[in-house]
This record gives sequence, C-alpha cells and structure tokens, in this order.
Amino acid sequence: MAQLTQRAATFQRTLSAAVSSTRCLSTASTSPISVETSLPFTGHKIDPPSRSVETTPQELLSFFRDMALMRRMEIAADSLYKAKLIRGFCHLYDGQEAVAVGMEAAITKKDCIITAYRDHCIFLGRGGTLLESFAELMGRKDGCSKGKGGSMHFYKKEGGFYGGHGIVGAQVPLGCGLAFAQKYSKDENVTFAMYGDGAANQGQLFEALNMAALWDLPAILICENNHYGMGTAEWRAAKSPAYYKRGDYVPGLKVDGMDALAVKQACKFAKEHALKNGPIILEMDTYRYHGHSMSDPGSTYRTRDEISGVRQERDPIERIRKLILSHDLATEKELKDTEKEVRKEVDEAIAQAKESPLPDPSELFTNVYVKGLGVEAFGADRKELRAVLP
Amino acid sequence: MLGVLRRKVACKANGVSALGQGIRVVASRAFSSSGKEMTVREALNSALDEEMSADPKVFIMGEEVGEYQGAYKISKGLLEKYGPERVLDTPITEAGFAGIGVGAAYYGLRPVIEFMTFNFSMQAIDHIINSAAKSNYMSAGQISVPIVFRGPNGAAAGVGAQHSQCYAAWYGSCPGLKVLAPYSSEDARGLLKAAIRDPDPVVFLENELLYGESFPVSAEALDSSFCLPIGKAKIEREGKDVTITAFSKMVGYALQAAEILAKDGISAEVINLRSIRPLDRSTINASVRKTNRLVTVEEGFPQHGVGAEICASVLEDSFEYLDAAVERIAGADVPMPYAANLERMAVPQVEDIVRAAKRACYRSTPLAATA
Repeated sequence: MAQLTQRAATFQRTLSAAVSSTRCLSTASTSPISVETSLPFTGHKIDPPSRSVETTPQELLSFFRDMALMRRMEIAADSLYKAKLIRGFCHLYDGQEAVAVGMEAAITKKDCIITAYRDHCIFLGRGGTLLESFAELMGRKDGCSKGKGGSMHFYKKEGGFYGGHGIVGAQVPLGCGLAFAQKYSKDENVTFAMYGDGAANQGQLFEALNMAALWDLPAILICENNHYGMGTAEWRAAKSPAYYKRGDYVPGLKVDGMDALAVKQACKFAKEHALKNGPIILEMDTYRYHGHSMSDPGSTYRTRDEISGVRQERDPIERIRKLILSHDLATEKELKDTEKEVRKEVDEAIAQAKESPLPDPSELFTNVYVKGLGVEAFGADRKELRAVLP
Repeated sequence: MLGVLRRKVACKANGVSALGQGIRVVASRAFSSSGKEMTVREALNSALDEEMSADPKVFIMGEEVGEYQGAYKISKGLLEKYGPERVLDTPITEAGFAGIGVGAAYYGLRPVIEFMTFNFSMQAIDHIINSAAKSNYMSAGQISVPIVFRGPNGAAAGVGAQHSQCYAAWYGSCPGLKVLAPYSSEDARGLLKAAIRDPDPVVFLENELLYGESFPVSAEALDSSFCLPIGKAKIEREGKDVTITAFSKMVGYALQAAEILAKDGISAEVINLRSIRPLDRSTINASVRKTNRLVTVEEGFPQHGVGAEICASVLEDSFEYLDAAVERIAGADVPMPYAANLERMAVPQVEDIVRAAKRACYRSTPLAATA
C-alpha cells in the first residue's frame, strides 16, 4: 500500500505494477529512450556506429526477461546433466546471453543464424520453446530434433535457425552458403554466422570469407570471443587475437558483447552494411561462466577471481536490471517477480520434458534420406534388425 | 559397341526366361535405338544444361567451371548460357566452397559442386559427411541437403599417387549419402539428372578416361525428362556361368573380359552397379543365385572396398547358391606408381578379370607354380 501511495503520480504504471510482470511487459511503453553503450565501438576499415542506441521500455524489459529465461535454462541444464538426464556433450551459454538477445532485436526471422554447439540460447531466441530444448537435451521425442540430435544439433528452420554444428569452424562456410542463397534468391536478408575465438583460426573460415568478399555476400561473421577455446586462452591460440581485424580486407567492429544494446546497435549496423557492401566481422567481447562443456570445470585455466570479477562487473542481466531501475521502468520487486516467473516456466518445461517418451525404436531408421527409395538399412545384427527406408 | 549388339541378340534368345527377368528386360527392350552416339562428356554437359534450364535453383560451383569451360570441359558453354550468377568459378578452396554449397542447399537451392578430381574432395570431406550427409538425420528431417558433388574419380593415366585414388568405398560406407558411378553415356545422363533432382546429398563419381568415350544413346535417353533410378544396377550382358560386378570404367573391361570368356565357353553376366550406395543387393544376389559364381571388379584399393561389401552381401544372402569362393579384382594395395609398367600392374586389366572368372569356374590353368 505504501508503495502505491508513493507512486500516486505515476498512476498508469501503478496499475501495471499491481499485476504480474508479464502484464507489465505488454503495457510497457514503446516511447523511445536513448542509451549510451558501455564502451565505444572500435572499427577496422570502417567508421563505427554511434554509441547512442535507441531503445524502448518494452524492449529493455523484454531483454531482461529473455536473458533471465536463457540464464535459467542453462543453469537448469547444468543440474539435469549432473543428474545424468542429459548425456554426452552439453555446452552452456550463461554469461553470453546479451549476444543472442541483442542480435534478435536487430533482425527478423527471415535473416538466418547459424552457430556451433553452444546453441541452446540462440535456439530460444529464434523462437524455439523450452520444452523443445529440454526434451532434446534429454533425448526425448518432443525435442526439436525429435531426440536424434542432442545438445549440439538444435535447429529451427522456420525461424531461420540452421543449427547447431559440432565441427568447429564448419558453420562459417555453411553460413556464407546461406548468405549466398539469400543473395541468389534476391531475398534482401542477411546471415549471421557465429563462431568462437577458438574457431577464428580455422582455415575454412578464411576460405569462405574470401569468397564472401569476392561475391559481396550478405554474410555477417560474429566472433563470440569468450577468450577461451576450450582450455586454451586466446593469447595462446592466436598470434593476433584482435579477431575483428582478422578479416584483413573485410571490415570489422569490436563490440562489448555483455551489453545487449551495443550488440543490437552493431548487428543493425552490420545488416545494413552487409546488404550493400558484403561481409563484415563483428567481434563480441563476451564471457562464459561455465567451462567449455559440462566435462570442464572451467577453473583450471582461469582463476575464480576472474570469473567472479566478470560476474560482478559485466554481467549482461545485471546491466539491464540497473538500466531498467535507473530509468524507473520497473521496480526491483517486479524484476524479481519476472525472474520467479521465468524459473517457474523453466521448471514446468522440465517437468513436461521428463514426461516426454524416448523416440520409438523405428525412428532409428527415419530421416536417413528424404527419399529412401525403399532401400534396406541394417541394425547391428542385420539378420535381426533391418528396415526399409521410407 | 559389340556388347550392345550382343545384348540385343541375347534378349531375343532368352525370350523364355524374360518373364523371370521381369521388368528389367522389358525396359531394355523398350529403349528404341536412336542411332545416335554421344560421348560421356556430352552426356554430362547436356544433363547439366537441361537441369539448369528446368530449375532456376540449380547452379554450378567449382574450379574452372565457368570461363575455362570446365577443367575437363564438362561445363562447356554453361557460363555463356546461364551467366556468372549460376556458374561460379571458385578459388582453390575446396573446404570453403563445399561448405558454401552445403549452406546454399540448406537454404533450398540445388548446388552442383564440382571437384576437379575427387582426390581434392578430401579437403572438403568434413562438409560432405558431417554437414551434408548427416544433417537430415540430426535435424529429424528439418534440414535437407539437395546437393550433388561431382567430378572425376579413380585412376587417370600417369597422374601419380595423389591424383589416382578411388573414393567409392569411402563415400559408399556413409549413411545419408547416395553414391553413383555412371559408365555409359546413358548412365551419365540419366544418373546425373536423377542426382540433381534427388533431395538428398549425392556423390557422383565420374571417370576422366571415360569422358571421351562414345556410346549409343536411345531416343528415350535423349529426352529432357530422362532419369535413371538411383539404387538400381543394370545387367549389361546376360550370362549363366559367372557374375561379374563392376562400376565405372571397369564395366568396359568386364564386358571385354566377357567376350574373351565366351570364346572359352564361359557365359559371364556383367552387372554395371551404377549405384554404390544404395547398393542393388537384390540384382546382385539374383544374378549369383543364377550363376553360382561371382567376381567383383573395382579400380580402388581392395581392403574394405566395394567388392568386400558385395562379397559379404552375397555370403549373407546367397551362401547356399555359391559353387565357388568369391573372387575380388581390385587396384593394387599400393599408392599409384608413375612408371607405365608399374601403373599397369597397379590397376586391374582385362586379363585379370578373365583369370579370376576362370578360377571361379574351376577352369583356370593348373597352378604350375607348385611344380
């Protein structure tokens, strides 16, 4: 009650504060706010965009919610992995959420994204659901790849998300191929090919970049530089860890990847550039709190001080929280309520995913081909198990 | 040429068994001779031309495919006709352009990626296997890859060890790929058109030495809608004493061997595999059940080769029908030498096939070596 009387002057907002935060989102204003990015952009062979980013209360609140959701999903995946419900590889994205969310804010679902194996949050950003994500991680039939892909092979073609790739660096030529197809089809859209600081040294990246530049493909290479390629720090892997400059003749931009607004600005700028002038590299300076994967504690090659330091100084969710609070767009309680809701959503999705069954044994032999031609395929003992490919 | 005439005669003579042969024989009778001949090169070129004309999503990418008119002139004239947006000359970066091709296929285009020879495909093999072959499965059907990787495969003449390997067995072992190996001009036309229209990734293994060879083509094969089924072998020559399987250039050698064997009273049935994956096990097994003897022929390395798979398949499905051990003729178990005499020893010759067939028929000359 005291809160309400204090806010008597801002009656409209009070109404929304009295109901759940989701109502707060939809009634939040779309009136523009201008925010400065944390750091200026650094350009390579290009004039960087302005530090001043246009946003709205609605956008900032949605950034908060979306990143909180991604964070919660990844933390929950950690627990599921330790409970042995997720098997094999599991590469978590917590800390890097601002890249996924900022990028989505600048583009449409007609633009394409392709990334490597740290793909759960990108999948969510492209319209994937929590259920599809958790079910896939646990190898159930309601997973986005019907349980047949696993953590590294999430896809959502109708949302413009082309995976989900396990071979470091392979996704970059594939992404340039998507951009090639967009240009061939005269689609006026772009492709974001994402890779890490480890993949940045791959030869095929330079092969593809060369062709993208030769043919003016609308390809945007996003280097998510979290400073460690598995256990190898960037300075031990790259003679030149200035990844935004590694394109040489291809322009580049260095971006604070922990600042969702900076990411949005850079991606918007890059899209305009790529449609007119061909490829551009964006280096997102970001950080992963987890190790490379669930098999890696992440603390043998980094100090715990470094990890907690980033969490304290640069956490992307905290940055948006501070921004929202300082602009009076929501109260601390409302934001905490959002986080509680998100947690509940995640828990419900996990419960639902746990109910989802494993794929039917017949699925072993489906999707080998699009057109199976009635050909026979064999199980381990071909006298025991064989199937006709549909 | 002789093989074709003989086949026509054989068809008439085998009228009684025609029913048993079923559709295959009827189909081969149905092709009326057009009196026309076509080189394999012309066949491939016309297939590419027709498919590009029919579907604007089809494009060609590779080294020298455009302005040079194709390293082996397979893509001659296509740049002029379809323009640089659809016929793309690439830098010498196989991993890069194979990946770009696969990405374009993800989006829905229909790329035809040329490797100047399949030896260079090893630079891009990760994209062929991990990015192309497996994607439809890993994505449970969301991401299909309607791409064709084509180019010359196997030994040429005097090109040495790094330029002579046959990749049929390597690609043929991978689920998710279709692997084709044409022999004649009809094969080249029908299979390439089928490959381009197929929604799955196809590895299309041509042969440099066959490019200039001429074959008669039926009127049906000249039609722009002509397609051959993927996964079906062709009985090039019917016989009853021994089955000889072969693909690509070795089909010609097998047919020559069959001629020689015929003079010795051995009637060899020559199967042109056409498709390495899917392998037409039913045609092969049906033939072995008829002849009871098998010789497999391939140019590639013997260990874990195509012949090994055929042998295993026949043992599994037709063991009781075998009257002799399966014989394998393959390339020598060595990197390809350059010297002409050594090279000749490293690649199967017609006499090798004849000798093996005779052994399978227990008709070989006595092993004088033991004396």
